[in-house]
Amino acid sequence: MSSPSHPIDILRFNTSGSVDDGKSTLIGRLLYDSKSLMEDQLDALERSADITGGGQINLANLTDGLRAEREQGITIDVAYRYFSTPRREFIIADTPGHVQYTRNMVTGASNANLSIVLVDARAGVIEQSRRHTCIASLLRIPHLVVAVNKMDLVGWSEERFAEIRDQFEEFLPRLDIKDVKFIPISALLGDNVVEPSTNMPWYAGPTLLSHLETVHIGSDWNLAGFRLPVQWVNRPNNPTDSRLHDFRGFSGQIAGGIVRVGQRVGILPSGLVSTVKEIWTYDGSVAEAFCPQSITLVLEHDVDVSRGNMIVGLDDRPGFTTDVQAKVCWMHQRPLQRGKRYFLKHTSHTVQAIVSEIEHRLDIETLEPQAAPPQLGLNDLGQIRLRLAQPIAFDGYATNRLTGSFILIEQGTNATVAAGMLAPPLEAAKLDGGDYAI
Amino acid sequence: MSNYHLDHLQHLETEAIHIMREVAGEFERPALLFSGGKDSICLLRLAEKAFRPSDLPLPLLNVDTGHHFPELNEFRDRRAQQLGAKLIVRTVEDAIAKGIATPSPGEISRNRLQIPTLLAAIEEFQFDCCIGGARRDEEKARAKERFFSFRDSFGQWDPKNQRPEIWNLYNARLNPGENMRVFPLSNWTETDVWEYIQRERLEVPSIYFSHRRAVVRRHGQWLPVNDLVPPKPGEDVRELVVRVRTIGDIISTGCIESPADSIEDILAEIAAARVTERGSRADDKASEAAMEDRKKAGYF
Repeated sequence: MSSPSHPIDILRFNTSGSVDDGKSTLIGRLLYDSKSLMEDQLDALERSADITGGGQINLANLTDGLRAEREQGITIDVAYRYFSTPRREFIIADTPGHVQYTRNMVTGASNANLSIVLVDARAGVIEQSRRHTCIASLLRIPHLVVAVNKMDLVGWSEERFAEIRDQFEEFLPRLDIKDVKFIPISALLGDNVVEPSTNMPWYAGPTLLSHLETVHIGSDWNLAGFRLPVQWVNRPNNPTDSRLHDFRGFSGQIAGGIVRVGQRVGILPSGLVSTVKEIWTYDGSVAEAFCPQSITLVLEHDVDVSRGNMIVGLDDRPGFTTDVQAKVCWMHQRPLQRGKRYFLKHTSHTVQAIVSEIEHRLDIETLEPQAAPPQLGLNDLGQIRLRLAQPIAFDGYATNRLTGSFILIEQGTNATVAAGMLAPPLEAAKLDGGDYAI
Repeated sequence: MSNYHLDHLQHLETEAIHIMREVAGEFERPALLFSGGKDSICLLRLAEKAFRPSDLPLPLLNVDTGHHFPELNEFRDRRAQQLGAKLIVRTVEDAIAKGIATPSPGEISRNRLQIPTLLAAIEEFQFDCCIGGARRDEEKARAKERFFSFRDSFGQWDPKNQRPEIWNLYNARLNPGENMRVFPLSNWTETDVWEYIQRERLEVPSIYFSHRRAVVRRHGQWLPVNDLVPPKPGEDVRELVVRVRTIGDIISTGCIESPADSIEDILAEIAAARVTERGSRADDKASEAAMEDRKKAGYF
């Protein structure tokens, strides 16, 4: 590529926190110091500062986009920000912390490679820091950064930083996070955000931006079991090209693993087995394709496949059942009720589901199970069992984020009411084994 | 390919193709909004990648304000024909004649009037979903919008009541009369769009490249002189070498002085730019919440 600064990949991260912990200031500082802000944005910032900020530029105004937010000084929803450096392109999902904390955090973090927990150096580890870390663990975000902010207000104290790190490390072992990094910063003054701090010579680690640029995310996709949820059956209507008369392809985005021409694959729910004849893409046929590429698969046999089916590798098969266990985050004012019927959307498949059991609620600060409540309310985390009208082909969320996740949709209002993470299947799907022949 | 690694453009591409196919799978009568601008040019290529070798399973729709750059409409028609796609054009002029859109006294801009025109087209063809090329990096209100943006039966966006969007699971369910706007390029930046145009060798309308044009200085920007924007008494008409960075209506799109006559030049210019793309759009400057207000009323 000829552009001088060509980013090599994308890092998605989320920040979450309460109104006063300096989250918006941190994002403003990242954008400002990495020179990702433009003159008209700075102009707008200065214009709004004159009205609401008492003449002082407020970096938080950069992220609080809607009128209601500026008037009330709050952030309503997930906002996305983009910036890049010569090493990487970054997508920030910025979520508010004051209300609907869990719902927003889950929404913003679901696709993240990395999550930043902001801790106010004066306050130390509080309930919110633990909640944030638990949700990151539940969602299996591979990388966590604990940014200890407002170091300027504790006299740049190394002791205070160490104390907070110790507080954190006390409860981290109970969680499932592979990579944690602690960085002392001042978002307001810019120390260790983009530029190294001269006020904290005792800190030898990277700045926040430098860590974001270098953290290894290459292995965050699942390349083990092949999974292709079929989104759309590709069958040209009146092809002028005679070679396309019998073309029948199955289009989708690979949700796990690698597929090769000549490989035997199974189709769920039918259980039939066929062989990959061609991996068709707009840019030409390829010999192999991998997660998360979008492809169109052509099979040797004329088998019946439609949207919502899944084409899978023969070894490392998914589960296939109508009775599933899952952890859910409830996202709606109307509580989850046992016996109520919902739509469950999983990959490209939507089925009816009934909540057969609420097994327990999860403590949001420890993820410890608590006695089964009669219902789950807004922002509750819980473990439930669902009975489905048709079986789904799935993996445990810990194995595969894409085939192990679902949403629940309320019938009638069509509101998205829950995000769900599936427990691993008890047994693998059975395929009929023999080749399908016409 | 051998190390199973996708670069940033390939990631954005597969995400967008996935969204296009979800639209084809979930909706009965989707349409794709195609203006001929750079973002919708990328959308069309992504639609080809999502649906070939089949025909595109959705028509192209354009609301013609009557204030379009002629180069843009010429390109729009030609590109649709090349792809063998069905192109539907509905004009603000016609909507005014039919009483669907009513200009306020002295209102010259067609910006507000494209909203009822679009809503009437959606009604006429019973579209349940329109794919658009909006990007979140364009503007603060857009930064908060979902890939699948739900609109009630009046076409309104309610920013406080959006469906949570988790992983890549899009809730596309609608009740009768409701509508979805879908934005596959949500995560793309201006630089991504031009890099994609470069990688895919896509043709773009000539006005994106440097050319000589008569312009006048108004509200801090160079506006193209034409029948709709005649010079006012005392205004100095200049012949400058300019290009457009973003294309809106001819009466509100500022030209920038630029020698960029290749995509490489444009990318270099963006990398060095000190104002955002929409900084040259007068329609966004009307107030701090200009875009938010228009979106709530049914705009893209």
